[in-house]
This record gives sequence, C-alpha cells and structure tokens, in this order.
Amino acid sequence: MSASVPTREVARRAFAAEFNDATYTFKESDDDRAPVYSLLPSGQRANRVFVVGTLTETEDVGDDSEYWRGRIVDPTGTFFAYAGQYQPEATSVLRETETPAYAAVVGKPRSYETDEGDVNVSLRPESITVVDGETRNRWVVETADRTLDRIEAFDEADEYAAMAKTQYDPDLSVYRDQAIAALEDLEEEAELTAGA
Amino acid sequence: MTDLRQHAVEIHEQFSDTLEVGVDDIEARLETLVSEYRVPVEEARRSVVSTYLDEADMDRDELVGETSQSASVADIDTPEKWLDLTVKVVDLWEPGADSIAQVGLLGDETGTVKFTKWAKSDLPELEADSVYQLENVVTDEYEGRFSVKLNSSTTIEELDTDLEVGDDSTEVEGALVDIQSGSGLIKRCPEEDCTRVLQNGRCSEHGDVEGEFDLRIKGVLDDGTEIHEVIFNQESTEELTDITLEEAQQMAMDALDTEVVVEEMRGLVLGRYYRVSGPTLGRYVLANDIEQLGEPTETESVLIKARSI
Repeated sequence: MSASVPTREVARRAFAAEFNDATYTFKESDDDRAPVYSLLPSGQRANRVFVVGTLTETEDVGDDSEYWRGRIVDPTGTFFAYAGQYQPEATSVLRETETPAYAAVVGKPRSYETDEGDVNVSLRPESITVVDGETRNRWVVETADRTLDRIEAFDEADEYAAMAKTQYDPDLSVYRDQAIAALEDLEEEAELTAGA
Repeated sequence: MTDLRQHAVEIHEQFSDTLEVGVDDIEARLETLVSEYRVPVEEARRSVVSTYLDEADMDRDELVGETSQSASVADIDTPEKWLDLTVKVVDLWEPGADSIAQVGLLGDETGTVKFTKWAKSDLPELEADSVYQLENVVTDEYEGRFSVKLNSSTTIEELDTDLEVGDDSTEVEGALVDIQSGSGLIKRCPEEDCTRVLQNGRCSEHGDVEGEFDLRIKGVLDDGTEIHEVIFNQESTEELTDITLEEAQQMAMDALDTEVVVEEMRGLVLGRYYRVSGPTLGRYVLANDIEQLGEPTETESVLIKARSI
C-alpha cells in the first residue's frame, strides 16, 4: 500500500546565510517533472525548506500583474520570498501583513542568474503564515541543530557531501560559528527576560 | 506441484462442501488469468474465489479452510488474512446496524484492533474485559485502518486468564508544513456504517446523498529529517483551531463556500510546532492528544554540541 504513495519531500532547515550560498541546483533524473534540488553547502539536497524569521519588508515588484517580494530575516541573513498569481494565498499574506511580523514559510528553493552573472537564491512559498516569537525561537534552535548535524556528518564518501565539496569547497566552520552566534543570542535574550 | 496447482488444491478444499468443481477446472481458471491476462497470482486467486462464492451464493466470510495463523494484533497489516488471536475485549460499542451482533475493540500486548461480529454468524456473546482465544478471524481494511471480522467459521474459547493490553499509540512532533486536500469542513455519507467523505456530494458507495457535516484536518508534521502524516478528527480539529463545527458551518454559509473554513485554518496552524500522540492508522497518526510547542528547550544542549565540533 505504502509503495503506491509518492513520498513527500522533507522540508530542510537551513539559515539564510547557508541557503543563499546554495546556488547549485540539479535533478536526479532527465524527466521534465523530476524534482529540482538545491545543494546545501553542508552536503544535503533540498527540494523544500521551512524557514521562520522576521518579515521586515514586502513589496509588489510585478510589472503587469502582482508579484510580491518579502524579506524574511533570520540571525544570519535574509531570505527572499517571491509570490505571484500562482501562489494566491502566499501573495495575499505578503500583500496584507503589516511588517515587521514573525513569519513561517514552507517553500521551494529557486535560483536565477542575474545580469551580472551572479546566482541568486530565493524561495517560492507554498505557504506563508504569521506566527509568534516562540515559534521563531524554536526554529532557530532546530535549524542550528540540523545544521550542526550536517556539519558533523559531512563526509566526502557521501554523495551530496562530495558534490558540495566539488561545487563550493565550503568552509563549514563559518556555518558552525553562525549557529553558535544565533544560539548565544537566544540564551542572552532568555536571560534578560528571566532577569526582568 | 506447481504454485498454481497448490492454489487450486487449496481453493478446491474451501469449496469442497458446497460446489461440485474439480481441481483441474480451478487450475485452468487460474492459468488463464495468470498466463494470458498477466494477473498476479494472489489477485487471480481472489478473483477465482469470488467466482465460486457467487456460484455457491456464499459470502467471503463464510469461507473456511484458508489456513489461519496465530498472530499478534500489531502484526495485522494486510486485509483478508485469516488469523488466530488471543485477545482481551477492551471495549464494546453500540452496533450501528442490525446485521452486526457486536462491535468493539480487542487488544493484546502489542496493541488494539477494532472487531465486528456478524449477527448471522450466530456466535456466542463476547464480554468486556474477558480474554478469548479466537480462531479463524479475518482481517479487513478501510482507509488504511485495519479491523478483524468474526464469522461463522470463527471459534471462540474463553480463557481463564488476564492479559495486559499494550498501548499502540505513537508520539510525533514537528512543524505543521501542509494541510492536505479533504481537510476543513467536509461532508460524510449518512448511510448506516458508512462514513465515507463525499466528493462533490457523492459517496463512492452510495451515490448522491444528503451529507452530514464534519471537521477534519489531514496534516503533515515535518521535523527537518522526516515527515509524519496526521489526522485530526472533529474534536481535535476544534481543539487545534479553536473553530467549532457550528462556527465552521456558519462561516461556510456566510461565504457560500466550504473552502473558506480550511483557508482560515491554514492561517491559524501552518508553520507552528506541535507534538501529537495517538494510534496509527495506516500511514496516519490519529491525533488524540495535541500540544503546541513554544519556546525552545534545547538551546543549551545544542550550544554545547556546537562548541564541541
């Protein structure tokens, strides 16, 4: 029975800094409908991600039709989410939410080349919802944890770690230090709250 | 003896009391399905048995002789298996139809399973909290949920012993990343013992019916490593969303559209973290207990891990 059910892609957790470094995308087969994966520098493929951060700005950047861009900030950088007519629910959230607000996004990584030849990575949301600060803090710890798991498990014997080594030759200590800084921020904040 | 011959012999035994049919005929029928029409042998067997059931004017439940094997409740994962179970009657429910003598929950150390006992099978009454050796019960499946049926070939022996019934509930947690179609305000078939969800006002079994409103969420919890599919029934959907069935019906009436309910629910629950526990039904966990997860508790331990790398 379970064999006939297509498996759903897990939503990976990565901080904005690593996500925006994931410029290399690939497919596992030649099929037009095969899923597109973006390769995280810490050695994991991601067809879907879950991010929570502060929605700081929204703007309709479309020409003829609505095309909304949202900036979602986490402790390491900014995710850019783009939603248009094919994502009506996400579009209406971006149109109607008063910034700043904590927002959770489930979405697909997309990358595109700019006129200058740089590759930019963005998010195409499947859903955006406004959430609370507790959910955001939980995401930060969870994302730090998953990131550290990937760094610890990084081994070029693994297919995607090897691919990451070839494509990016990443300095993983950068991502570890960002995770530490994000966690320390949270601890300080918690101590301040407790002391107040 | 070939596989097909073996199947033919077994089918012959099942019908030896009721039908004048030779093993060769049965094998020929199987042969046609398997060789000519490329039907898998299990399916071919099922189809041939169905044909003879029709001829003999029998129900599948009356069929005897498929070798039943001793099993635990947790092993039940395929429909139409003949099993022997040693179980305690955990719960008895009100039968929803005259054709049903008793319905309820059986359990052993490994978990619990729903049972149905047909009125026409004329079996002795099961009593709550008693332990029984049941031989020749047959498994059934509906929407990924398994049950067992007691039938006229079932033997029931009460055992003078007690049995610790296991808790088959599982606990999963993660961010709620998706609400699947068929969620929100739905309509179910009102026919007795049928709870199928209507598609465009139609029940796949009973056709056009006047449906009864219900609330349900089929959701996906994702922890970044794996996903768990979860079903929230009316009660747990109300708890999760703080929208009651009455309010949902009012919302749908005001908007002349039931979809507004699930849209509202998406905004309320997607992107939040939950811990959910309950029994598993096929690939779903039925959310009996729900807890929304707030501030992280692992900050310090993750920090220690980070510094150790």
